[in-house]
Amino acid sequence: MSHRLSGNEAVAYAMKQINPDVMGAFPITPSTEIPEYFADYVANGEVNTEYVAVESEHSSMSVCIAAQAAGARSVCATSSCGLALMYELLYVAASCRLPITLACVNRALSGPININHDYSDSMGARDSGWIQIYAENNQEAYDNFLMAMPIGETPNVRLPVMACMDGFITSHAVENIELLETDAVRRFIGEYNPEHYLLKKENPLAVGPYDISPYYMEHKVLEAEAMKAAKARILEVAAAFEKISGRHYGLFEEYRMEDAELALVLMGSTAGTAKAAIDKLREDGVKAGLVKIRVFRPFPGEELARALAGTRAVAVMDKSEGFSANGGPLFAETCGALYGLKERPHLIDIVYGLGGRDVRVEDIEKVFGRLANIAATGETGPVYVHMGQRSREEIA
Amino acid sequence: MSTVYNLKREVEKPARLTGGHRLCAGCGAGVVVAGVLRALNNEDRAVVVNATSCLEVSTFMYPYTAYMDSFIHSAFENSAATCSGVEAAYNALQRRGKVDGTVKFITFAGDGGTYDIGFQSLSGAMERGHDMVYVCYDNEAYMNTGIQRSSSTPRFARTTTSPVGSVGQGKKQNKKDLTEILVAHNIPYVAQTAPLGNFKDLHSKSYKAIYTEGPCFLNILSPCPRGWDYPMAKLAEITKLAVDTCVWPLFEVEEGVWHLSYTPKKKLPVEEFLRPQGRFRHMFQPGNEWMIAEAQAYVDQKWERLLERTGA
Ligand SMILES: Cc1ncc(C[n+]2csc(CCOP(=O)(O)OP(=O)(O)O)c2C)c(N)n1
Ligand code: SF4
Ligand SMILES: [Mg+2]
Repeated sequence: MSHRLSGNEAVAYAMKQINPDVMGAFPITPSTEIPEYFADYVANGEVNTEYVAVESEHSSMSVCIAAQAAGARSVCATSSCGLALMYELLYVAASCRLPITLACVNRALSGPININHDYSDSMGARDSGWIQIYAENNQEAYDNFLMAMPIGETPNVRLPVMACMDGFITSHAVENIELLETDAVRRFIGEYNPEHYLLKKENPLAVGPYDISPYYMEHKVLEAEAMKAAKARILEVAAAFEKISGRHYGLFEEYRMEDAELALVLMGSTAGTAKAAIDKLREDGVKAGLVKIRVFRPFPGEELARALAGTRAVAVMDKSEGFSANGGPLFAETCGALYGLKERPHLIDIVYGLGGRDVRVEDIEKVFGRLANIAATGETGPVYVHMGQRSREEIA
Repeated sequence: MSTVYNLKREVEKPARLTGGHRLCAGCGAGVVVAGVLRALNNEDRAVVVNATSCLEVSTFMYPYTAYMDSFIHSAFENSAATCSGVEAAYNALQRRGKVDGTVKFITFAGDGGTYDIGFQSLSGAMERGHDMVYVCYDNEAYMNTGIQRSSSTPRFARTTTSPVGSVGQGKKQNKKDLTEILVAHNIPYVAQTAPLGNFKDLHSKSYKAIYTEGPCFLNILSPCPRGWDYPMAKLAEITKLAVDTCVWPLFEVEEGVWHLSYTPKKKLPVEEFLRPQGRFRHMFQPGNEWMIAEAQAYVDQKWERLLERTGA
């Protein structure tokens, strides 16, 4: 069945179909609508979730951690400063191996305060031990949220999942999307029956120890192994999801990559713009292609290297600064992934779209223009640049 | 529970905080926690929450836990929200027929984790009305990190961040009145107690807090021989002096009604409490008599106010 929904509404609807045990709720633009829609479901008796309207995102994540440890399936939603406020607890959630699901509606981090889209919020949390899955559009936002629990709750994974979508661009724009029947969703998600939990009568449990050097490293290695195991599980869940939805998902999406010589690596809604640019360039005979990263954690390094192995020049497009003075976070990962190739394409990083600055088809075409030039001359030129910013003279 | 309190019978109950934890000898915290948990009926289960603190690092060092009940520690500043989350899960799972039986939710946090960094989390949880008990074991400083001042540290007390020097005279500010702030949350039960004498006061208040529906708060004085700098065998003595000088009055507020739990037979001068403790040593130097006078005036003023409130 086809419905017209915003990304926020689609995710709230997915939550309603799941009917989680506990939700921690706190407003922040642009994710606010998710707890709002959900509050209506609660108020109308459409779900029987324990809805905890807390006094901060710090507490919404704390509530989710405790509830999940107690044996409940818990969810929450946030953006930007809210995610930053949760920072310490994100690590706690992951290290306690609690498969919480968080809808992250990406928004630029302060300061200066800005409500529009970039990935500075979730990129700051990329090393926290959470699985991160990014959506290009409303359909993917809905689908990714439904796949999150079967991924995170698997015994050899047991990690929390951040299902990310682009603030406003995806969260607020209305699109036609396909929704699954609630029965099908329930069958797909299944019951949450953890082996150990605080409220288990037969066997009390202690969570969150003071962990000393003789044990801490073992625990961290187990966490790292779980993140590695998540890769296969993500693909398994995607295959099961395809059976009920007809929609195919991988670790990333390759667009016209079969014979591509010039390629982009990017994430989220910019992929739509890039696809339009690639279609145009293809008409002119340019062998352009795109890899849209869907799963950023675990990072599909080997798979990405294979996908890019035949290209001559690649531009990574980072929609967040890393302030590493060495390129953005997606660039760093891509560099790392490609290093193992015997013959590597030329690689540049283009930081763009910070704080919601628009990126148009023409901008993407310019990037391909630069890649064509690099491929022709063999000269990479500046490796790490910012696109679309005005000059100082223009600003003054 | 039989209405007549009997310490012997109480201590014969199976312990819920077992020995072998790593708190310092003579530490008030272990005594307080064991005392609160003893008020649970034997047949009831509990989930115990800790904020990061001396207590937490000493009672759950992997792979050993000192608690017989389920336990969770998440961070320093979020123990009240953590307890809310466990209680929320209980409500949800009970509604769905996945858990049964009585389970009580009890949080322990130090003064730092309560008066300071966990204050917002505590206020939020109390306002939301979770069925839980929040216990602050108040040792009047950040002990776990090596005795730094908190907003609970009393005026003039020496800590490593309110030192005594040629100009500095210990902490400049008076102790925050947290118990009163909790009363202002209009929750069903707020009480102040201490591990005094035969523990009757601590026990009965713990029982009330645990078995009163809704959010309840206990502020429990928890002397720390390390941080207060007194001999470790003197826990009972120091506690008694705190209560008999009215530095730490015992009272409770049930549904907004104030009640004084203990009136000293003879209200002792505050210096009796200050003198045995190294953290107040400088107050007894010649020329510093004004400090003791001001400390006394402050205690007197607070005590008078409490007498008015409780109608005692
Ligand atoms: C966010 C954060 N800040 C600081 C710390 C360091 N820290 C751990 S326990 C503690 C002091 C605890 O003091 P209190 O709550 O009074 O308990 P006590 O140890 O005195 O019993 C501090 C500062 C921390 N763990 N987390
Ligand atoms: S430092 Fe104080 S509070 Fe901490 S364990 Fe020792 S006596 Fe107890
Ligand atoms: Mg303390």
